[in-house]
Amino acid sequence: MAPEPISPEDARRRKIVGVNAETVTNVTSTDFPGHHPGEDHTWSLEKFTQNFSVQYHKNHPHDAVFSLIGLDASIANAFRRILIAEIPTLAIEQVFVHNNTSIVHDEVLAARLGLVPLTGKLEGLNWLKFRKKIINDDTGDAREDEKRDDGATDTNTVVLKLQIECKWAEGIREGETDPEKLYVNSNVYARHMVFEPQGNQHKQFPEPDGIVRPVNPDILLAKLRPGQVVDLEMFAIKGIGADHAKFSPVATATYRLLPTIDIMSPILGNDAGIFARCFTKGVIGLEDITEEESGMVGGSWREGRGRRRRL
Amino acid sequence: MPTAIADEDYPMHNAPEAEANTGISGEDGFIDLNDQRIRVLPGASETAASFEFESEDHTLGNALRYMIMKNPEVELCGYSIPHPSEAKMNIRIQTYEGTTVYDALEKGFDDLMGLCDVVTEKFTATRDEFNSKQKA
Repeated sequence: MAPEPISPEDARRRKIVGVNAETVTNVTSTDFPGHHPGEDHTWSLEKFTQNFSVQYHKNHPHDAVFSLIGLDASIANAFRRILIAEIPTLAIEQVFVHNNTSIVHDEVLAARLGLVPLTGKLEGLNWLKFRKKIINDDTGDAREDEKRDDGATDTNTVVLKLQIECKWAEGIREGETDPEKLYVNSNVYARHMVFEPQGNQHKQFPEPDGIVRPVNPDILLAKLRPGQVVDLEMFAIKGIGADHAKFSPVATATYRLLPTIDIMSPILGNDAGIFARCFTKGVIGLEDITEEESGMVGGSWREGRGRRRRL
Repeated sequence: MPTAIADEDYPMHNAPEAEANTGISGEDGFIDLNDQRIRVLPGASETAASFEFESEDHTLGNALRYMIMKNPEVELCGYSIPHPSEAKMNIRIQTYEGTTVYDALEKGFDDLMGLCDVVTEKFTATRDEFNSKQKA
């Protein structure tokens, strides 16, 4: 059976999800064999390779935007979910508090430390093994059935130390009130965490660029006043976002379908500029036309590129 | 096959003991790759079966369902997560005569891997090109 030609409205229905006042329409994909009589939607890697393309819009160290063109939402969503929940990263799992006389309670400080994003040499992070989690019961002792835990070794645990004491600064001006000038170490930042290589780790995380360190050195962990001390040892392990959000490598990852703007009739003259300003820059393009052309219907200036109609 | 399925059903009061939790459901964030993680649910035939995946969710479920539905020999494919607090995902496959659900499932995995390879390749190429353009 020869495939029937696809009508423009049918093509539109297949391509565009309707977000209406009270309903959402055309949400499910219909590009499956047998769904449209006479059409072949069988999976073909060659066809996919031909139709699929990637466009990069932005690639900053902490922010990237790109288009995956010709990919079904089910696959794009899988990539998004994998980014959030299934890519392993390093995070602090255990904090041993030797001394903490700051106003931040031990457990609150430990929770904050856990959320600090850590980085290090990629090869080193890949070399690091997973460590089975230790679940403590109420008494703080490891539970009997957690014997599967292989214990902390240099292949599965990264040790960091945080040792800092606040003191009075020397040579303070009379009447000084700025804590930054009055005290030394009044703020504890993520940069104060020191990587303590164990065993072979100094080879996997070489100085100076490869060491395990916080992604952002300026995260404020606690505030101190003279005489207060924080002395901690931290064990960081590899984990995935599905277990705890602190292991997620992304702040968030989202995908969206692009919106469409349909211009029902040509917009001419002053109106065109006003119309373009109603949108983000670059969404609506303007095109110079002659008076003669403006009288024509279906002139080249009416050709839109899907999302943008020019004038 | 309603009769075959009925044979596998038990009234609740004499249902067999639930299997002891083997601890492989990944609830501690751990998946052992050597564990058997796919199970065929009772009532399966060559052309119609449900598979239970341990520690899988919508990430694999929906993507795999899409790929299996792209196979013209498959009559129906769907997935569900029967209970939110159990890390289990079920996939139902029904095929036309002349093939088996096992082939369909395997083809689904292969196609999905092929797709991911193409995406990785094109993505890496485009990203590197974009980065070098930005630097220039």
